[in-house]
Amino acid sequence: MSRPPGTVALVDYGAGNLRSVENALREVGAAVVVTRDPDAVRRADRVVVPGQGSMPACAEAMRRSGVAGALLEAVERGAPVLGICVGLQILFAEGEEGGGARGLGLVDGRIARLPGGVKLPHIGWSRVRLVAPGSALFAPMDGAYVYYAHSYAAPADAPGAALLTHHGRDFCAALERGNLFAVQFHPEKSQRVGLALLERFVSI
Amino acid sequence: MPAKRIIPCLDVKAGRVVKGIKFQNLRDAGDPVEAAARYDAQGADEVTYLDIAATQENRGTLLDLVTRTAARVFAPLTVGGGVRSEEDFVALLHAGADKVSVNSSAVKEPGLVDRLSRIAGAQALVVAIDVKRRPRGAGRQEWEVHVAGGSKPTGVEGIAWAREVAARGAGELLLTSMDRDGTQAGYDLELLEEVCSAVTIPVIASGGVGTLEHLAEGLEIADAALAASIFHDGKHTVQEAKAFLLARGIEVRP
Repeated sequence: MSRPPGTVALVDYGAGNLRSVENALREVGAAVVVTRDPDAVRRADRVVVPGQGSMPACAEAMRRSGVAGALLEAVERGAPVLGICVGLQILFAEGEEGGGARGLGLVDGRIARLPGGVKLPHIGWSRVRLVAPGSALFAPMDGAYVYYAHSYAAPADAPGAALLTHHGRDFCAALERGNLFAVQFHPEKSQRVGLALLERFVSI
Repeated sequence: MPAKRIIPCLDVKAGRVVKGIKFQNLRDAGDPVEAAARYDAQGADEVTYLDIAATQENRGTLLDLVTRTAARVFAPLTVGGGVRSEEDFVALLHAGADKVSVNSSAVKEPGLVDRLSRIAGAQALVVAIDVKRRPRGAGRQEWEVHVAGGSKPTGVEGIAWAREVAARGAGELLLTSMDRDGTQAGYDLELLEEVCSAVTIPVIASGGVGTLEHLAEGLEIADAALAASIFHDGKHTVQEAKAFLLARGIEVRP
């Protein structure tokens, strides 16, 4: 099932910690194309969608730039796609941040704020728990610490949830549905564990 | 709850690491990128750069340093010093900083905290608070916020300021006790207790670490411990610190 690494389109839709993700992908040997051109996303062998900031702003920027459509096509044609942080959140149908936002609707469910009673934002290294032992990308990560910086998260029972983390409640730390992958944590900032994940993604 | 974080802090000036006590008698201590990469390899949970001589002329040097660091270090990087505007903030994030800390400019213009928080979310914004004890009457004390590297008293009371910036959208507080900074006498634990019970955002303890025991005391209360000389002088490695903390029952990332 392994395909040649080819090019990885790193989607620049005007939000996000692009540089760090780009550095990490290059570190694992990927040929990265940073782009905001929907056609470049259509041509790429793999697509990475970073994200930082708020889900409403990111979802809106994705739609406005035309990249949203190209991303949906990429998923459709079977290219491996990886969403990171808000890049995971915008895949969902809706989010409650900023009075409510519509996501891309690739995954059913609602992105909600983590509950009170714990420190928010959830910043730092928390452990993940594997709930989909058959996962191609996430199976080796059970028990690993990964780096988080967020206040909103997907439900633990999200379709395709592969890793869970607990902070106030269980939430979906990673999901995998065929060629669609997404993580709430930051692999580009999770040292060896994160780089190993990106390495698996570019060789899957 | 996430693991407690150990954050080595590098004071930088004109693109180089500098060492000194209370910003006095500074001496050159090498290339920040090399130091950051070394801490990354030791398993530091994050690395912080504080530009202690932040001037507009040096801005390019700092951005270049952040760019070079982000290409080598795959752990979170926080950068502070001289951030006065949205432009300064965004430039650092784009260069590869994960979080940017503001201090004096927030005291001068508290609305800046709200504005910066909206740019990339609260989790990208750290507000640094430098405080010094002062008498409050009846033998009691309080903490007064200082700016400009701790040199200027502001009259602002520290706990109220912590609450205010948290409400305005700070994602974390970097709390430095000026009384303890450089003394290696341990964190001001009373200060940590007060601030941690006043806010619900993570608090990073800073100022005074001299021993591993001090780290443990600080992390019983705070979410993260910033430390400089304990690591820079080669007294301890990050691994040693973590092994010590784990043995004390404090959850850290191994």
